[in-house]
Amino acid sequence: MPEKLHPLTEADVADGKKVVANPEYIVWRQTDRLLRGWITGTLSEEVLGLVVGLDTSAEVWQALLDAFSQESQEREFYLQQQLSLYRKGNTPLVDYIRTFKLLCDDLAAIGKLIDDRKMASICFRGIQTRPLFLYPSALFTRKNGVLFCTMKSAQAQTATHENQQPQKVSYHSQAKTLEKISHEYEAVIGIETHVQLSTLTKAFCSCPYLYGSQPNTCVCPICMGLPGALPVFNSKVIEFAVKVGLALNCNLSMNSKFDRKQYFYPDLPKGYQISQFDIPIATGGFIDLDLPMEFGGGHRRFGITRVHMEEDAGKLLHSGNESYSQEIPYSLLHLTHYYGISVDLNRAGVPLLEVVSEPDIRSGIEAAEYAAELQRLVRYLGVSNGNMQEGSLRCDVNVSVRPIGQSEFGTKVEVKNMNSFSAMNRAIDFEISRQVLLHRQGQVDQIVQETRLWEEGAQKTVTMRKKEGLADYRYFPEPDLPEVILTKEYVDNIRDTLPELPEIKRRRYEKIGLSMQDVLFLANDVNVADFFDAAVEKGADVKLAANWIMSDIAAYLKNEKLSINEIKLTPQELAELISSIKGGTISGKIGKEILFELISKGGTVKALIEEKDLVQASYIVDPAEIEKMIDKVLADNPKQLQQYRGGKTKLQGFFAGQVMKESKGKANPGLLNKILSEKLNAKS
Amino acid sequence: MLSAVQNPRLFLIQSRFHLHFPPKSRHFHRSKVPLASQILTEPQTLFSTLPPSSEILTIRKSLLSRQRTAVEIAEEFLNRLRQTEPQIRSFLHVSENAIREAEEIDGKIERNEELGPLAGVLIGVKDNICTIDMPSTGGSRILANYQPAFDATAVKKLRDQGAIIVGKTNLDEFGMGSTTEGSGFQVTSNPWDVSRVPGGSSGGSAAAVSARQCVVALGSDTGGSVRQPASFCGVVGLKPTYGRVSRFGLMAYASSLDVIGCFGSSVADTGILLHSISGHDRLDATSSEREVPDFAAQFISENFLESKPLKGLRVGMISETLGDGVDKGVISSIRVAASHLEELGCIVTEVSLPSFSLGLPAYYILASSESSSNLSRYDGVRYGNQVAADELISLYGASRANGFGPEVKMRILMGTYALSAGYYDAYYKRAQQVRTLVQKSFKAALDENDILISPAAPSAAYKIGEKKNDPLAMYAGDIMTVNVNLAGLPALVLPCGFVEGGPTGLPVGLQMIGAAFDEGKLLKVGHIFEQTLQGCRFVPPLIADGLAC
Ligand SMILES: [Zn+2]
Repeated sequence: MPEKLHPLTEADVADGKKVVANPEYIVWRQTDRLLRGWITGTLSEEVLGLVVGLDTSAEVWQALLDAFSQESQEREFYLQQQLSLYRKGNTPLVDYIRTFKLLCDDLAAIGKLIDDRKMASICFRGIQTRPLFLYPSALFTRKNGVLFCTMKSAQAQTATHENQQPQKVSYHSQAKTLEKISHEYEAVIGIETHVQLSTLTKAFCSCPYLYGSQPNTCVCPICMGLPGALPVFNSKVIEFAVKVGLALNCNLSMNSKFDRKQYFYPDLPKGYQISQFDIPIATGGFIDLDLPMEFGGGHRRFGITRVHMEEDAGKLLHSGNESYSQEIPYSLLHLTHYYGISVDLNRAGVPLLEVVSEPDIRSGIEAAEYAAELQRLVRYLGVSNGNMQEGSLRCDVNVSVRPIGQSEFGTKVEVKNMNSFSAMNRAIDFEISRQVLLHRQGQVDQIVQETRLWEEGAQKTVTMRKKEGLADYRYFPEPDLPEVILTKEYVDNIRDTLPELPEIKRRRYEKIGLSMQDVLFLANDVNVADFFDAAVEKGADVKLAANWIMSDIAAYLKNEKLSINEIKLTPQELAELISSIKGGTISGKIGKEILFELISKGGTVKALIEEKDLVQASYIVDPAEIEKMIDKVLADNPKQLQQYRGGKTKLQGFFAGQVMKESKGKANPGLLNKILSEKLNAKS
Repeated sequence: MLSAVQNPRLFLIQSRFHLHFPPKSRHFHRSKVPLASQILTEPQTLFSTLPPSSEILTIRKSLLSRQRTAVEIAEEFLNRLRQTEPQIRSFLHVSENAIREAEEIDGKIERNEELGPLAGVLIGVKDNICTIDMPSTGGSRILANYQPAFDATAVKKLRDQGAIIVGKTNLDEFGMGSTTEGSGFQVTSNPWDVSRVPGGSSGGSAAAVSARQCVVALGSDTGGSVRQPASFCGVVGLKPTYGRVSRFGLMAYASSLDVIGCFGSSVADTGILLHSISGHDRLDATSSEREVPDFAAQFISENFLESKPLKGLRVGMISETLGDGVDKGVISSIRVAASHLEELGCIVTEVSLPSFSLGLPAYYILASSESSSNLSRYDGVRYGNQVAADELISLYGASRANGFGPEVKMRILMGTYALSAGYYDAYYKRAQQVRTLVQKSFKAALDENDILISPAAPSAAYKIGEKKNDPLAMYAGDIMTVNVNLAGLPALVLPCGFVEGGPTGLPVGLQMIGAAFDEGKLLKVGHIFEQTLQGCRFVPPLIADGLAC
C-alpha cells in the first residue's frame, strides 16, 4: 500500500522514461478522495476548518486525531475550560467531586498536572453557588505560545521554551514562596556573561577554533603560551566588540588597552589572561527586552555596566574520563584531586566579550530573559552562536536579597554552572528563596560571600568555595600589545552597518499590527525574522505571513529539525502563495499542498500550480458548478431530501458526502456546505 | 685571518654576482663599493694598527673570490671555539650542523648559485632566543633541554640570509643579571681576564665575539644586557630602538623593555647584523613598520674621511654619568673619547638629565613586575621536570622553586609585590610616571644634541664573585644603561680605551645614545670613531697570538 501512494514508481523515473502518471496511483487517488469526502462531509463547520487543505484521507484523519487526541492543545484547552466552568449546582457533592477529579486526571494524563493547591481552590470555587468570573488560566492564551516554544527547541533554547518543560514540583512550591516573599524582600541580581566570539581565528593567533575538536588540535605556540611567543591582536575582535557595545547602547572608549590578569591554573598556559581592566572597550549601556506573555509580559530595561574583550582559557581533562571533565566547569576542578590531569588548549585564546549587567534584575525569569535577549542580540549581530551548551554563552550570576525599603545591598552570592536559561531561572529563584529563608530565620550572617554551584539533579545551589577576601589578579597593562585606538570614522562605519536589532524589530512588528505573541515569536530568531520581513517586502499580507510561518512552516521545521534558512521555500514564494490564496487563484488547501512541496523541493508557486493541474484539479470553487452537483444529488435522493425537510437535519452530512463523491472530492467544502444548507433549507 | 685582505680583483668578481643578488641584499652590495675601491688605492699592510674592519664583508669576499671555502672559515672559528671554550665557557650549546651548513654554502658557490649576504658567517645566539634545531633554555634549569618548535624571527632572518648559527650562548637566567654568573648552567669568563665576569646578561655572546668564537652574535638588552657586556669584553654592542627588531622568539623578561641586540668586533659588522634582523614582523605587534635604512651604506673608510668628518655634530655628554660612583679610569677614558670626537669635528657639551637617577628604581620595578608575569608560564606543568605533588598550588611551588635561581626568584617576588593590590599605585604606576619623565628628558636632550654619550658601565669588568653577594652594587652597575631602555632609544657601545686590570688592561666602552630609530646616525658616528681611534686594538690577549699570524 505505501508505495502506491507515490504518483510514480521509482523505476519510471530511474529508467528515464517519459514521466507518466502511474495508473495505480490514479485509482488509489480516486478512492482516497472518496474516503476523504466521506470524512469531511460529516464534519461540523468549525472542525472542517482543521482539515481544510489536507490532501489525503490519511492526513485528514491524522489532523483529526491530532486535534482531538489526548495530548492536543485543544484538548487541554477543552479540559481546562470544563474544569474552570464546572459548577456543583444541584449535583450531589460526591458526583461533583468525582467528575472534578476525572477532569483533573484527564489533564494529568496529558501531562498538565494541576498542583494540589490550585486544584483545591478550583474545587471550592465550583461549590460556591454564585458563578464567578472565568478562571484566568494562562493556558487560555497559550495556544501560540506552545507552538512558539516547541519550534524553538529545534533551533534555539530560550527562556520561554525551557519553561515549558515539565518542572519539578519543588519549583512550583518555590515559585509560590517567591510570590509571598516578594512583598517583604527584594532580590538584587547582576549578571556577568561571557560571550564567545565566532571569529574565524582566535584572539591573538591564527588558529581556528572548532568546538568539539580533538584535544589540543587547534593550537599553536602563541595560544599554548610557549616561551618567546607573542600575541598578535585579531582586529575582528574589536569590530565585534564595537558592534556589541553599540547594540547595548554603550559609550565606547576610543582609547582602550589590554591588561594582564594573573592567576595560576593549568588551563591558563601563560599564567595570565589577556583581558581589559580599568578601561573596557564599552561602558554604561542598557538592554531592552519583553518578558514572554506566559510570564505576564511587560517591557524591561536593564543597565549594562561594561563590556570588555578577553581571551578564553583551556580546559582540564581527566585522563580516562574525558566526558566527565568536559561537563564540569574548570572552576570546580579547583577543588578536585588532579593527579594525572591533562589540559586541552583548544579553547585557550578564543576571544570572549564579558558583558556585565547593572544589578537591576529582580527575579529568575528576568535574569533568564536578560540572558536570552543577550543571546538574540549576539545572534542578530552575527558575532557569536550564543550556544549555552557549547559554552559560547556563559552566565555567572550575583544574587543578593534585602528587605524592601533597605537601600544597601545584601551580601552577594555568586551562582555558577547553569547550562540553560531555564536552569538560570530556577537556580536564581532557588537562591533567592534560600537567602530569604535565612533572612526570615534571623540568620543573615549565614549568607556569606561565596560561589555556589547550581546542581541540576538536586535542583539546588551548593557551596563551591568561600571567598577569602578579593582575589588579587595583579592587573597591569599588557606590554605585548599596542593600545586599542578607535577612530570616529571606524565606529560610525560599524554603526551604519548594524542590522535591525531585536528590540527595534519587536517595536516595528508591534506597529504593523502583530500581536505580542507573534512579535516575540518572529523576533526571537533572526533568520525567522529575516524570512518574515522578506516575505512582507515581497508583498505578503503581514498577518497571513506570520500565521504561515508560525504554524505550518514552524511545525515543519520542528519535525525536520531544520532552521528556516535550510528549507527550499523562499520568502518570495511564500508571498506568492499567500497572494494566490488571497486572490482566489488557489484554495487554502491547495496552498498548503504547494507549501510543503515548496519547503521540501523548492520551485515556484506558479510552476507548481501548473504542474498540479496536470494530475489533479484544484478545488472547485465555482459556486455554479457546485450548485449543479448539489442539484443533481438532491434530485437523485428525493427520499432523503424529504426526510431532511421533515426534520432529520442530520442528513446534511449525507448530502455533503454525496456531493463530495459527485465532485470526486474536489468541491470546496466550505462553499459546498454553504450552498447545500441554503438549498436544503430553501422552500421549494 | 681577521684582517681585510681586499684587492681590486674582488670587487670585479663581486660585481659579476650583482645581478644574482636577491633584492633584499642589494644595498649590502652597493655599500661595499666605496669600501672596496678605497682599499684598492691604498693597500694596508700593518695589521696591528689597522682599525677593525668588517669580518662579514671579508668573509663574503673570500668566498666569492674562492680564496677560502666556507668550511675553512667555519673550521677556523670552530677550532678557536674549541681551544678557548674550556676557559671562557660562553656557549651552552654548540651546533653540530655548522660544518654541514658550511659545506652547503660551498656547494652553492661551486654551482654559482646566489649567496645570501650572511653566507658562511658564524653567528652565536643568546640562549633566550628560540632556535628550532638547538635547545633554548634561557639560561634556566626550568627549561633544561627545552627545544622550541620554531625559530625566533631574528634567527629565521639570519638563516634566510645564509648565516650559520654556531651555537647558543650563556646568559644570566632569563636575562636577569649583569655578570652571567646567574646562569643556571655555568659561569662565563671574560676573555680579557678569565678571572673576571664578561658582564651580562648577554655575557656569553659578548665573550664569544670578543674571543672570535663566532663572527657576530645576537644578544638581548632589557636594561643594558648587550651594552654592558660589550663594554666589559671590548666589542661593539648595539641596542636597537624598541620595535626595530621583532621580539618574536625572544623569551620575554620585561616585554616593554626587551630588545634583541647585536654584537660584533666592528661597527660595520654590528650594523650589517642589525640590518639583517630589523623590520616589521607580523608576529610581534610591537615591532615597528618603519623602513629599515641601509646602515652599512653610511660607512666610509678612514682613508676617505675629511679631516673633520663629524663637523658640526652636536654631542651631549651626560653629566650625571661622570660623577660619583663611576671609576676614575672609566671617566678619563670617556673624556678622552669626547676629545677624540671633538677632533673629528663634533661640538661636545655636557648635558644634564635630571631624571637620570630615578631611572634605576623605576627600571627595577617595571622589569620585575613584567617578569613576574612573563615567567608565570614556567609552572612546571608544561616545562622542565614536573615535581610530584598532591596539591595544585604545591606543584607550582615545588617545581618553580627547583627550577628558578635565586636572582629570578627575588625579582619575581619584587614584581609580584609591586603589582599587588594596594602597592600598584605606589610602585608600578609611579615607575611608569618616572618612565614618562625619563622619555621627556631624553627627548629634550636629543632635541639639543645629535647624540648623547656616557660610559656604558660605571667600571670595567670586575672579578667573578665580586658582586655576587651585593646585589645592590650589581643593580647600581646598570645605571648607565637602564634609562635608555625606559626611553626605548637606540644606543651603541664601542670600545674606546682601557683601564688597568688583567694581564693587558681592561676595555672601556663608550655609549652613544641616539634618537628613536636613528641607529643609522649612531653607526655612522661609531664607525668614524672606530676607524680613527689610534693605538687601540681590541683583541683580547687570550687569542691575540693566534690572530697575529
Ligand atoms: Zn594558536
